Amino acid sequence: MASVGEISRPIGVARARRRLLLRAVGRQELWRGLIAIVVFLILWEIGARSKEWSGYTLPYIGLLPPPSEVAVAWSKVLVKEGYWESWYQSFKRVLTGFLAAQLIGIPFGLMLAVNKYFRDIFFPPFEVLRPIPPLAWVPASLIFWPTNEMSIAFVTFLGAFFTIVINVLGGARTIDVRYLRAAQSMGANNWHLFWRIILPGILPSIFTGAAVGMGITWEVVVAAEMISSGGTQGGGGLGFFIWNSYMGGSMAQIVVGMISIGIAGYLSSTIIRMIGNRAMPWRNLF
Amino acid sequence: MQAQANRADPPVPAPGLAGGTASQASVEIRGVCKSYGEEWERQDVLKDLTLDILPGKLTVVVGPSGCGKSTLVNLIAGFERPDRGEILLNGRRVTGPSRDRMVVFQETALIPWQTTYQNVVFGPKLRGDLKGQALRQRAHELLTKVGLQDFIHKYPLQLSGGMQRRAELARALINQPQVMIMDEPFRGLDAMSRGLMQEFFLRLFEENRRTNLYVTSEIDEAIFLADRLVVLSNRPAQLRAVIDIGLPRPRHYQVMSSPEAFEYKREAMELLHDEAMRSFRPFQAGRSPGGP
Repeated sequence: MASVGEISRPIGVARARRRLLLRAVGRQELWRGLIAIVVFLILWEIGARSKEWSGYTLPYIGLLPPPSEVAVAWSKVLVKEGYWESWYQSFKRVLTGFLAAQLIGIPFGLMLAVNKYFRDIFFPPFEVLRPIPPLAWVPASLIFWPTNEMSIAFVTFLGAFFTIVINVLGGARTIDVRYLRAAQSMGANNWHLFWRIILPGILPSIFTGAAVGMGITWEVVVAAEMISSGGTQGGGGLGFFIWNSYMGGSMAQIVVGMISIGIAGYLSSTIIRMIGNRAMPWRNLF
Repeated sequence: MQAQANRADPPVPAPGLAGGTASQASVEIRGVCKSYGEEWERQDVLKDLTLDILPGKLTVVVGPSGCGKSTLVNLIAGFERPDRGEILLNGRRVTGPSRDRMVVFQETALIPWQTTYQNVVFGPKLRGDLKGQALRQRAHELLTKVGLQDFIHKYPLQLSGGMQRRAELARALINQPQVMIMDEPFRGLDAMSRGLMQEFFLRLFEENRRTNLYVTSEIDEAIFLADRLVVLSNRPAQLRAVIDIGLPRPRHYQVMSSPEAFEYKREAMELLHDEAMRSFRPFQAGRSPGGP
């Protein structure tokens, strides 16, 4: 034995080979996913057309428009400006509320984690407000804010805010004290500790909070649009798009709206995941 | 066979790399007390502990598990303050953590979001006392010395357990501490890499004889490494005995099968066994049901 260095082999030695393999597996997963969706659509088509084909209407699924009809409705809607306007409106609201929640929630959560007095004062009221569902805030918020737009943004903000704060607080409290101590031994002051240890240490929690918070914001924005944005004030967003379709009695268009929201939510969380992977290279090593 | 290979292939001598000549730093622990918990249920962990850590010696502290060894480390490192008594480094009172006392922690305390290299240069970069080319060169020398030259841009999670400990040694050494404090550093490694790490660590120590405090709960490890073996009593920890280990240096693993080593081991075992048994006594006296 020449040196201790050669004894323990690193985990990433056969990396290149494994990466090739992984790529193949990834492709397989993609195919599996596509097939699952196609099978799902076929079952839906059959179920929805059960009346025409067998004379017997299957419960629930028989009431839905078949995917082919939805696709036709969608293709009609795709060329209309109003549909894209709805996307734009909803995304704008989600982003506003979400970013505001991040900007206020992260520092607030950090303060709760770092300062005992701050925690003693602000944590109890925070915990009382936290279980109130964002939608319960809608009437109050309509009275409170001058425009519908601001009310929706505020309710959206609340949806993400509490999740983000709780995640930051939890993340900060799980940071290994030995990292802080090691850094202190090496001469770190509070500034260094914050930027080099605490902040990177809570990044995973920030992104978990962001992913969960993003989901909640979409839930909230759609509901808020249905309740408050009824018609008069221009673009209503995807929530209002659904509500409008319901009022107009177009079942296919309701489903178009629902799937649109699904896609929008998926896009948002994918973007968050991508940013997370970028920001935390030490988390995706294997 | 293994030891022969060792002798034929000594560690690369790199004079001055990790401090150079024998360190003259000493630590005096003077009547230190430390207890935890609220006033009404205080637990004494250290009670009137007085102990000298001599310059240029490898002092190994053993004691029954949970006896307060880690508390002792935290006090010397300055992470915590003693309730009473004082700790002096070269005659100066210890008031907080500082680069002159570097700790290698249990398990690994490498910062997971920094690569091996970033971990190693962390201290000098913060302080700004070693910069640019000089810092890069120094870091590479140290990483080569611990055999990690090919892994400098890996994250800690990508390293094996033994490599993590060696990276941590490099991270401590680059700060040129006067005293190295090792808190059960090789715990959690498998027996094979543990033995190798012990030998590797001994070679590092024997090269520059930096004052070293090594805490462990393994007697074999303690005797293999130690110049002085400090046996602590059960909680609250007090000094039970100091045994000077006269095994010749440089040491290799074979030394552990010598009669001298066996004798040291027997002596230490006896002391430790007494202490370990004492921790059962309150249980026997107090709560044992159906005693005669």
